[in-house]
Amino acid sequence: MAKVIHYYAHPGHRHSHTNKAMWQAATQIPDITHVDLYAEYPRHQIDIDKEQQRLMDHDVIIMQFPLFWYSSPSLVKEWIDLTLERGFAFGEGGDKLKDKVFALAVSTAGSQDAYAPDGYQRLPLRAYLVPFEQTAWLTQMRFLAPYVQHSALQTNPKDHSDGFSKLITALRDDRLDLDAASRAEILTHTTLPIKEA
Amino acid sequence: MTGFLILATVFLVAGVIAVPIAMRLGLGSVLGYLIAGIAISPVLSALHVDVISIQHFAEFGVVMMLFLVGLELEPKMLWDMRRRLIGLGGLQVSVTVIAVMLAAMALGQPWTIGLACGMVLALSSTAIVMQTLGEKGLTKSDGGQAGFSVLLFQDIAAIPMLAVIPLLALPELAHHAADAAHSTGSDHGTSFSLVEGRAGWQVAIITFAAIGGVIAAGAFLTGPLFRFIAAANLRELFVATALMFVIGIALLMTLVGLSPALGTFIAGVVLANSEYRHELESDINPFRGLLLGLFFMTVGAGVNFDLLSAEFAPIIGMTIGLILLKALVLLALARLFKVSGADKWLFGLGLSQAGEFGFVLLSFTVANNVLPQDISDRLLLVVALSMMLTPALFMVYERLIVPRYIVEEEREADEIESHGNVIIAGHGRFGGIVNRMLRSAGIETTVLDYSSSQLNMLKRFGVRAFYGDATRADLLHAAGLETARLLVVAIDNRHAATELVRLARNTHPELHIVARAVDRTHVYELYQAGANDMIRETFDSSVRAGRSAFEALGMHPFVAEKFCEAFVKDDRSVLRELADLYTPEAALDLDSPYIARAKELMTQQGAQLTGRGRAFRERSDRGWMPPMPQSNGESAES
Repeated sequence: MAKVIHYYAHPGHRHSHTNKAMWQAATQIPDITHVDLYAEYPRHQIDIDKEQQRLMDHDVIIMQFPLFWYSSPSLVKEWIDLTLERGFAFGEGGDKLKDKVFALAVSTAGSQDAYAPDGYQRLPLRAYLVPFEQTAWLTQMRFLAPYVQHSALQTNPKDHSDGFSKLITALRDDRLDLDAASRAEILTHTTLPIKEA
Repeated sequence: MTGFLILATVFLVAGVIAVPIAMRLGLGSVLGYLIAGIAISPVLSALHVDVISIQHFAEFGVVMMLFLVGLELEPKMLWDMRRRLIGLGGLQVSVTVIAVMLAAMALGQPWTIGLACGMVLALSSTAIVMQTLGEKGLTKSDGGQAGFSVLLFQDIAAIPMLAVIPLLALPELAHHAADAAHSTGSDHGTSFSLVEGRAGWQVAIITFAAIGGVIAAGAFLTGPLFRFIAAANLRELFVATALMFVIGIALLMTLVGLSPALGTFIAGVVLANSEYRHELESDINPFRGLLLGLFFMTVGAGVNFDLLSAEFAPIIGMTIGLILLKALVLLALARLFKVSGADKWLFGLGLSQAGEFGFVLLSFTVANNVLPQDISDRLLLVVALSMMLTPALFMVYERLIVPRYIVEEEREADEIESHGNVIIAGHGRFGGIVNRMLRSAGIETTVLDYSSSQLNMLKRFGVRAFYGDATRADLLHAAGLETARLLVVAIDNRHAATELVRLARNTHPELHIVARAVDRTHVYELYQAGANDMIRETFDSSVRAGRSAFEALGMHPFVAEKFCEAFVKDDRSVLRELADLYTPEAALDLDSPYIARAKELMTQQGAQLTGRGRAFRERSDRGWMPPMPQSNGESAES
């Protein structure tokens, strides 16, 4: 069994429906640490020591947020800026995150077609997530393909949130094919590489 | 009684008229008092007033001034000055005495008279110099500090001079002894003494015991005494205690044959670290000012114009010669002790007069048959005239010399500003937190509080705090309001706080004032009184309590935070909008635009609070709403 920490960040939680459904479903799953960042740090005052301890206490870090302006909500950035200190996550002595798994679960308002050369977002989704991928690489973590819901505002969130529950349960139980998950472009609720028990 | 009233009226009227005019003309208060004294001298002689005895009374102002100077000077600073005090002061006195003696001998006087003249004229005027330096804000300048060192040494040196002068007695003057000793000696010789007729070692023991007693009393007795007085909570008791303290020390010093000025100065230094320092300062200061003013007027009134007009050229010549001689000695010493630039000239020109102690020494020399009366009369004129020329020399310094060194001066001014003082008025639950925050960031603060038990508590925690009612102008002045960068008004009495803000704003237009407000209308009052930041004392904590309530009711903490932000913003905009309409009268008048608008805004807010208005909630969510309309919009919110 792997120790999984599930970070969730949505400043408009009340208005969300995909992410709220995911959060509500995921928090039912036992033996996983769930953190609502905006609830824990409503005034953006990250407790660095506490967050670093949390990371050291877990093997898998999964971060769930809606994509805002091609990046995370600001609190996630603040969390990364402060928590991933030199000497902890990188630089001399900074190997505390080595060999952990880092995964994203993001939702976009735009459709899958939009993230294509002829779509209005012009680039594939992964291009916008490069900063997170590089963060994982520099901190020696294994980066998985993001678990994505496109057209999040028009889609019934049920399938996606059920898939999310399956994903984190598989991560917890070591049943996710990490190699396949690393190779994939993106993961959706229909393409989860879960090994049967 | 009538005689006293007439005399007091004459002096007061003359001072009140002449000094403001002199200040307006940029001449300084000292010259104003001197001119007032000259103007009233015919009246005084018509009334047969003994100007000299008034002058001796008024000299007590010098004693008080040295007490105040001591208060400004911590023991460490005094120790740092020791080289200048002894070296610069000692050289100034000895070289000037010898130079004057040689000049007198060149004019055909015997060496004994020359030496006596040297001692009389070597001393400068502490009263004029310190008063003028203080007025012009030059006390802390290098030249001012050097000048102060010399003046302090001179005060000490006057004691051995009094011992030496009787040894210079001229036998041919001895037959005057009886009547001279009668008229002058009893006036200001010590009529009662603890040391007279005792052996040298006894004198030494008594003297050291007296000084030790002053230091011990200052260090250990004043705290309990002032706390005892503070319990009575009467302003005049403080003044009486402060006077008792200064006068008592002066008496003790006189009894053991030391300079009272020196004694009170030491007491001042001992009290420089006390929390009652500013209180003492503001209690003694008015007396010092009045007595010094009186003293300067008597100097002006004491000029013998008959003698002056009869021997105009030689006396003026001697006066100018004396000033030149003293200035040259001072300038040479300034070079030796590395006082440079404009400070050198401040030092050289500022101390080039003879001083009030010259008057004392002159009457003493006559009484001891050292100087004949006619020489003494002329020297009296020279001393008085040189003192009267001093303000002119300060003007020369300001108008001609400072402009040449203007670059250096500006740099110094900047430095003072960056070390500007922060004054916190009131050190209770409010001011205490402000003080702790500032001090934890390494910012020096001056704390004023009116509760001596509070101060005791602070002292245990090592906070520097001063006793006193912060709403008093003189105390604020003593705490350094004029040079402060920031004033935090944290006292809990709303009217006193408003008055304090108004007072501080009037005296210091550039000052930043952070003020504690009791409520909304107090915010307006403080704003109109001139505060920069008005902080409602319970508003922020109430908002936090509201936020905790939101969270306790299950609201998401981030939403609760956003609600609070929106609420504060709303409240502030209402506050600001009503500020322009507020007057104390409008708050009471039901038909005023202030009340009308307040009602309107309250209705709007009420609608938000009861959920009938949506503006408030929507604003708290702006930016986090989904970018496209949702199919199930309303339900997503619940």
